[in-house]
Amino acid sequence: MVQYSRTGFDASFAALSDATRRGVLKQLGRADASITALAAKFHMTLTGMKKHVGVLERAGLVSTEKVGRVRTCKLGLRRLEEEAAWIESYRQLWDARFDELDQMVEELKRKEKIDGRKKRE
Amino acid sequence: MDARRESEPSAMKNLTTVERKSEREIVVTRTFNGPARIVFEAWTKPELFKRWWVPKSIGMSLVSCEMDVRTGGKYRLEFGLEASKSMAFFGRYLEVTPHARLVWTNDESDGGAVTTVTFEEREGKTLLVFHELYPTKEALDANAGMENGMTETFAQLDELLVTLGASA
Repeated sequence: MVQYSRTGFDASFAALSDATRRGVLKQLGRADASITALAAKFHMTLTGMKKHVGVLERAGLVSTEKVGRVRTCKLGLRRLEEEAAWIESYRQLWDARFDELDQMVEELKRKEKIDGRKKRE
Repeated sequence: MDARRESEPSAMKNLTTVERKSEREIVVTRTFNGPARIVFEAWTKPELFKRWWVPKSIGMSLVSCEMDVRTGGKYRLEFGLEASKSMAFFGRYLEVTPHARLVWTNDESDGGAVTTVTFEEREGKTLLVFHELYPTKEALDANAGMENGMTETFAQLDELLVTLGASA
C-alpha cells in the first residue's frame, strides 16, 4: 500500500488515510525524529517505517535529510491546510462567478418567455 | 467558515465543487437551473460573459472582452484593477459545439492550460463541467496559486483572479 506516485491533494489524503502515518505527523509536529526512533516509537521494523515515511514524503507532508548515517524526518513544507486553502479560494471564486451566472440564466429565461409570448401573439 | 456556509446547497443555490483530478487537471462542476442553450449563450456572447465572469465582490472589472466564438476563432480579455494596470488573457477556440462543448487555449503565458467546458442538459437543468488540463504539474501549481500560499483575504483573491484569468 505504498505505491503512491500521485502528488497534491489526493496524495495528501491517501497519506493521511493510515493511522500510523497520522501518528508520525503528530510526533513530528512535536519534534524532528530519525526513522530509527520513529520505528521504535511505533513498534515497527525499520523497513516498514521507511515505507510510511516515503508515502508522507511524496505527499510533501514530511521531508527527510540524511546526516551521516542517520536520516532525520521533519514536517514538510507543504501542509495540508495550505492545499485546502488554495482549493477553497479557487472554489470561492468559481462559486461567486457562478452565482452571477445563475442570475443571468434567470434573466435569460425570463427574456425567452417574454419573447416566446410575443411570437405567439 | 463563513464561505463554506454560504456554499451549502439550498432550494435556490446549487453547489460548486472543485476537484484536483490529477497532477495536471482541475475540474469545477456546477448545475444551473436552465437549459443548455441559455447557459451556453452566457459563455459565448461577450456582452453577457463580461457581466458574470468577474464577480462583483472581487473589485476588479473586465475592461474589454472580445470573443470570436467558432473553431479557430480568437478571444481576448483585459482585466483592470485600475486603468493603468491592465492584464490581457487570450487564446483561441479549438472546438465550438453549440449548446454542448467549448474548448480553448490559454496563450498569454507558457504553461497555459487547455480549457474544456461541457454543458449537459437534464430535465431542463444544465450540468456544467469546467476542466483545465495543464502541460505539467508545475504549470498547474503556478497558475492555480498553490505555491503562493493563497489565503482567503480579498487582496489575495484579487491575485487569484489575475492568475485564474490565465484560464479565461
